[in-house]
Amino acid sequence: MLVVFVILAVIAVLAGAMVFVVDSMARATYALAVSFIAVGVALLVLRLEYLGVITILMMVMEMAIMAIYMIMFMGMNPALMPMSMVHGKRAALGAAIGTFLLLVVGILLVPWPVRPEPAAASTQELGSALMGSKMLVMMTVSPIMFAAIVAGVSLASARTRYDRFGDDLDHAPTDPQPGGVGR
Amino acid sequence: MGTGGPSAALLAVGLLALAAVMAASAHGVLAERASGGSAARGLTRPFSEAARLLRQRRRATVAADRLLWRSGGAGLGVIPLLMVAVVPVGGTALFDSAVGVVWFNTADVIVWALVWLLGWGANSTYGLVGGYRFLAGALGYELPLMFALTAPAVAAASLRVSDVVAAQRDLWFVVWMPVAFVVMCLGIAGFSVWGPLSPGAATDLAGGVLAELSGPDRLLVQAGRYLLLAAGSAVAVCLFLGGGSGPLLPEGLWLLVKTVVLLGVLVVLRRRLPLLRPDRFLEIGWLILLPATLLQLLVVSVVVVGGR
Repeated sequence: MLVVFVILAVIAVLAGAMVFVVDSMARATYALAVSFIAVGVALLVLRLEYLGVITILMMVMEMAIMAIYMIMFMGMNPALMPMSMVHGKRAALGAAIGTFLLLVVGILLVPWPVRPEPAAASTQELGSALMGSKMLVMMTVSPIMFAAIVAGVSLASARTRYDRFGDDLDHAPTDPQPGGVGR
Repeated sequence: MGTGGPSAALLAVGLLALAAVMAASAHGVLAERASGGSAARGLTRPFSEAARLLRQRRRATVAADRLLWRSGGAGLGVIPLLMVAVVPVGGTALFDSAVGVVWFNTADVIVWALVWLLGWGANSTYGLVGGYRFLAGALGYELPLMFALTAPAVAAASLRVSDVVAAQRDLWFVVWMPVAFVVMCLGIAGFSVWGPLSPGAATDLAGGVLAELSGPDRLLVQAGRYLLLAAGSAVAVCLFLGGGSGPLLPEGLWLLVKTVVLLGVLVVLRRRLPLLRPDRFLEIGWLILLPATLLQLLVVSVVVVGGR
């Protein structure tokens, strides 16, 4: 078990490093996906089934969405050409080492709970934690995240509702492409 | 319910392949008859097509990203196997995971990456456009699909597929979760890049993500699409149609029969439904399917809480 975990950890780190070595946006994106999949499988090895599977689900989906944005919002489409994956090297290196040290210190100093054996119902425990003691945090984080997404989309969108429905919002929408529900 | 060994693995993979070939043959027959050909030629079409592709020379494109291209194709062959791993065949699932429903969902989300990689890897315009079309359509079907998958799990109070099957002993979930079932079927067509949800591989794009695929690579992807369709149907049978339960016949056989019937319905419906363009389908997905699925989930939750 330990061997499998170590192999997965090495894969995760190497794939993560590949993100900055390869010269293609697509390869960098999916190297990161491979790294996260290795992390997810490592969680499965630790018997954290729900967390492991959901990590893979979220991260692969996120990488696929990232592929949409990387073409959509990059001018001149450099994403389609070979390009270096690093910039601002000195600052990035400093930030990376700083974060690494911070996390390592955190890992070493946090009093980890000692459990005699792996939790049988980790999914249930996670659920009751989210809906119980961590409820306030989750309820605060969700609207903030949602507001950020809505704000981001409306800032990025070239056509607002005033373009679509007129200044008094009373016209029929003028869309270049009609939608599927016949509005 | 236990976790099966090598024989269970062979059984599951064999049944999956059988169901996929039957679906491909059925489609072949309908397509041949629609164009005035012979039904026999349609029936053997999967085999003749496989033989043709195995002998075909690989087409090469300029500056293709072979690693990503081939990973996309190979992955489409592996994902259906991961999906059926959580399906209980004759009492045992290969991997009877406590989070089987989420496992299946994860497998179908990985298809997002794989289809896009297929489109990207060829370094061809049609392929890339096809990959993006697929992702645009996927945004439309995936969220409703996720909520549709939640409904049987909520009703069974478990994410384990065998528990969901056991919870349908008295009444199949499709009876009181019809909306979730329909959305699930649409999702199956979606992640199989098939039928009404295949604009990413449509003929107006010279095949989209399939445009530059040839020889064994193309065979792998085409087979993968039908395997995905079959695996998705098998999971749908477990989640909504009572799994392997039924009178007289053994469990494995009932599962196969139900899966093949569902596949047959999907194949027949395919010829009656138009291709759903992503720009149209996205709005249908978010303005109709998503609220409908949430309402379905509300009904299920109320019934579950009220029944306690």
